Amino acid sequence: MRSAILIFPGSNCDRDMMVAVERITGRRPALVWHKDSQLDPVDIVIIPGGFSFGDYLRCGALAARAPAMEAVIDHASRGGAVLGVCNGFQILLETGLLPGTLVRNGGLKFVCREVRLAVQETLETPFLDDLSSGTELRIPVAHNEGNYFADDALLDSLEEGGQIALRYIENDPTRTANPNGSARNIAGILSANGRVMGMMPHPERAMGNGHPSEDGRKFLTSVLEGVAR
Amino acid sequence: MQVKINISLKTGVLDPQGRAVENALSGLGFTDASQVRIGKQITLDIDAEDSARAEQRAARMCESLLANTVIEDYSIEVIDAS
Repeated sequence: MRSAILIFPGSNCDRDMMVAVERITGRRPALVWHKDSQLDPVDIVIIPGGFSFGDYLRCGALAARAPAMEAVIDHASRGGAVLGVCNGFQILLETGLLPGTLVRNGGLKFVCREVRLAVQETLETPFLDDLSSGTELRIPVAHNEGNYFADDALLDSLEEGGQIALRYIENDPTRTANPNGSARNIAGILSANGRVMGMMPHPERAMGNGHPSEDGRKFLTSVLEGVAR
Repeated sequence: MQVKINISLKTGVLDPQGRAVENALSGLGFTDASQVRIGKQITLDIDAEDSARAEQRAARMCESLLANTVIEDYSIEVIDAS
């Protein structure tokens, strides 16, 4: 199981993700600096959360044009697996590897709390092999731009094509299920070939051992075992 | 050549920032203000022979980086054509 984690100036979840992946797989991921245009063959590339390039211009816009991302686009075009978390999701949308965009949270506030998610019925994807549809996960979010936006035609095609991977569901009756105003409660989506996934929640922050939830480990285990098969 | 690029949210795209500003304006008594939308302006110099060429280059820049055409429209104004 070979994996790589990209690092941009302003990434801040790269190390947490590295520790999480190493705990699950026993093998340390390669850390790839954004200026590297070469990517050694890996089973999965993970784009971590953070504030790449200070979120200048638009979240993920500058990172999406970095040399390392050209290598990631190449990897994805050969059917390679890519997971983007939070800012990583924003970057994948900016490259066009995933459709739609993420805009400012509806409530105009940075949202940092645990949310409850439900795994959706999807097209065939290695990421969710071990998580049947309807599986509930408690994983934290921490973002200012997590409000998924696309026109109705695209949203309909995502639903019909089974590309919606995760949705926010009711957590605490005093709070709304959807933390950011995201269209159709979308928390994570898949590419049309099921090999690229973007999600706002941070699975590396729900690894047990002091974290309140262990569901991030469950999710990442499914992802990492799925892509290694 | 100096070029001014205006980037605005497409109609139909929710602008929570614009809405918050509209509410604040209304709180100050400016109840005649509505449809507040917030965009951004980018000015830059482009080394080009003429304004048509500068505009063309600016459009390429908008398409490839400066605007996210999923949610944003852009307009280009070449200021200094001398």
